[in-house]
Amino acid sequence: MSAVEDVATQAPAVEAVPKRAMTLGAGTSLMVLALLLIVPLFVKNFIIFQMTMLLIYGVAVLALNILTGGSGQFSLGQSAFYAIGAYTSAILMEQYDVNYALTLPVAGVVCFAAGFLFGQPALRLSGVYLALATFALATAMPQLLKLGYFEKWTGGVQGLVVTKPDAPFGLHMSQDVWLYYFTLVITVAIYIFSVNLLRSRSGRAFTAIRDNEIAASAMGVDVALYKTLAFGVSAGITGVAGGLGAIAVQFVAPDSYTINFAIALFLGMVVGGVGWLPGSFIGSAFIIFVPNIAENISKGLSGAVFGVLLFLVIFLMPHGARQIAVVGQQLLGRLRK
Amino acid sequence: MHFRHSLHAAVLAAAIAGFVSSTAFAQKKYDNGVTDTEIRIGNIMPYSGPASAYGVIGKTEAAYFNKINAEGGINGRKINFISYDDAYSPPKAVEQARRLVENDEVLLIFNSLGTPSNSAIEKYMNAKKVPQLFVATGASKWNNPMDFPWTMGWQPSYQAEAHIYAAYLLKEKPGGKIAVLFQDDDFGKDYIKGLKDALGPQASMIVAVESYETSEPSIDDHIVKFKAAGADVFLSVTTPKFAAQAIKRAAEIDWHPLQIVVNVSSSVGAVMKPAGFENSQGILSANYAKDAADPQWDNDPGMKKFVDFMAQYYADGNKLDAATVFGYGAAQTLVQVLKHCGDDLTRDNVMKQAASLKDFQPDTLLPGITINTSPADFAPIKQLQMMRFKGEKWDMFGDIMSGDLTH
Repeated sequence: MSAVEDVATQAPAVEAVPKRAMTLGAGTSLMVLALLLIVPLFVKNFIIFQMTMLLIYGVAVLALNILTGGSGQFSLGQSAFYAIGAYTSAILMEQYDVNYALTLPVAGVVCFAAGFLFGQPALRLSGVYLALATFALATAMPQLLKLGYFEKWTGGVQGLVVTKPDAPFGLHMSQDVWLYYFTLVITVAIYIFSVNLLRSRSGRAFTAIRDNEIAASAMGVDVALYKTLAFGVSAGITGVAGGLGAIAVQFVAPDSYTINFAIALFLGMVVGGVGWLPGSFIGSAFIIFVPNIAENISKGLSGAVFGVLLFLVIFLMPHGARQIAVVGQQLLGRLRK
Repeated sequence: MHFRHSLHAAVLAAAIAGFVSSTAFAQKKYDNGVTDTEIRIGNIMPYSGPASAYGVIGKTEAAYFNKINAEGGINGRKINFISYDDAYSPPKAVEQARRLVENDEVLLIFNSLGTPSNSAIEKYMNAKKVPQLFVATGASKWNNPMDFPWTMGWQPSYQAEAHIYAAYLLKEKPGGKIAVLFQDDDFGKDYIKGLKDALGPQASMIVAVESYETSEPSIDDHIVKFKAAGADVFLSVTTPKFAAQAIKRAAEIDWHPLQIVVNVSSSVGAVMKPAGFENSQGILSANYAKDAADPQWDNDPGMKKFVDFMAQYYADGNKLDAATVFGYGAAQTLVQVLKHCGDDLTRDNVMKQAASLKDFQPDTLLPGITINTSPADFAPIKQLQMMRFKGEKWDMFGDIMSGDLTH
């Protein structure tokens, strides 16, 4: 046991991910995309709705993944940014008759600003303390949305009902199918943006901060700027997801964005694999479908069953879905030889 | 012989059928979710999450439909009750409603619980023209057949209840100084609106209004402020935990107003007992259902049926829990509607029958309180009776009162 070995076995808070391993190979990505394009043609509208929600929650988990997996900062407050995005879209659509597609960039910008501003005080905090500060944000948000002062716009506790958009250009498809493809396009765009962001100079700065803050600043990375930037980008993307969510669910209310939702997103990230972007969508599938499975097993004990399933996943695959993907790739590699 | 027998039988059958209902002759007409042997009913409940205590309602209803099925079903059709958990989350409620309508193809969604969850699915249900029948929330918005002809409430609305308190105060305590403590959500705000509407020009009787959040550990400060404001009437629009705190605190600081607690907090076991019976004497409230804890219903035929049902079909349920009484009454109302539908089990006819209930009385409603609906009236229960806490139980007093402002 030499000193060198000791240092090497000291696990960092979040395991470093090589650049390639952050994404799927080009072939696999195209295959998944093709599947996502074709499947809706053959399934019921209800399944299409679930797939839409899967993409939307997936984008929200992806945003958290950029923050935690990318820059190493924890957040339990994503539900707050999601709520701001959802309300921005809903209020613009219902009170000011803005086209739904135009509300999404606005939601993104508003949330980017909110996240960037929140990132400023958060700079002084790290690890569990930061998680707690964001936790406070998430618990405060539903109550802020209920405030009488904002009620004119937010509808108070009653929330707002949102009109679902029809397919444009006289396309013959149902609202659900149209919304699915609309969401898919935005999801793919955000995914490509995120992958490129993490591979860019800024992404490398995030990674440097995540792995060792002092070393990063010694290398000339502006730690404060990049940490707040990560918060801003993450919040902005979450905001777009929130806006999409409001349109898909057709309803926003304070009760939709409680701390439970923030925890669900966090859970999705861990199950999907921290720092592995495609895992976000697997994590999203987990938080949508596993509660339903748990409920099927036992109604009274659905929470407990969910807990057991979650425990099994974390125990058997501490690195989440990424682990399966890595093992799968190794097996494929062996087969090819 | 054989021929004569069957002829007799046929004539007899025709006569009976004609006597029972002319619709029995109508051709069988079904929408999704109905066959000759089955009626599929959907339901959404918060079995998990912050409101999971209400999950008992769904379990009671499932048990009640088991009883109906064991007794032969409705016109020979068994009820297949599909109940999903939404954890009191509106987006999850939308997902579950769509699962029920599009995947399980239910005839209707019955008694889905919670104002936020029902608000979230209201538009969808009406666009799909699937009945959202007897929703389990006290908001007044469900009585809106013009805009939402597929959505109907069941219990008296919070506003209607507030109207009754206002009418009582105007009559018995004119010139009273009213203090109101309310929970800062839709539940609390509905009472405030109802109270102000019914007081009308006398709304200046309200001298102090305070709100609290469910996350507050204690509401003592509010009570002290009310005493300082010189109020002599205290309307406690609170959930059980806070109602008990308020009663106790008022007694501690020697403030003895005329106190009214709202119906949801009128439980003897969950509010009056923890607050102390000596502190609870003379408190007023209103109710529409019988309380299984109250000995005056021990020999009541309706409550006997309820207690037997609990023993036989839901043995691990608590008959003293108001939620079981609620679920039983709501399920019984649905069964009544489905019976009236006969063989015309279309969604149109379900709404039509639901909107033409006349003087129907489930076993668990107070004597004199009946369910009446019409195409313009989607509020099945509108009446309540005032009650006063005396000894260790509630004494009903006064007439059955209607919460309509126009009466």
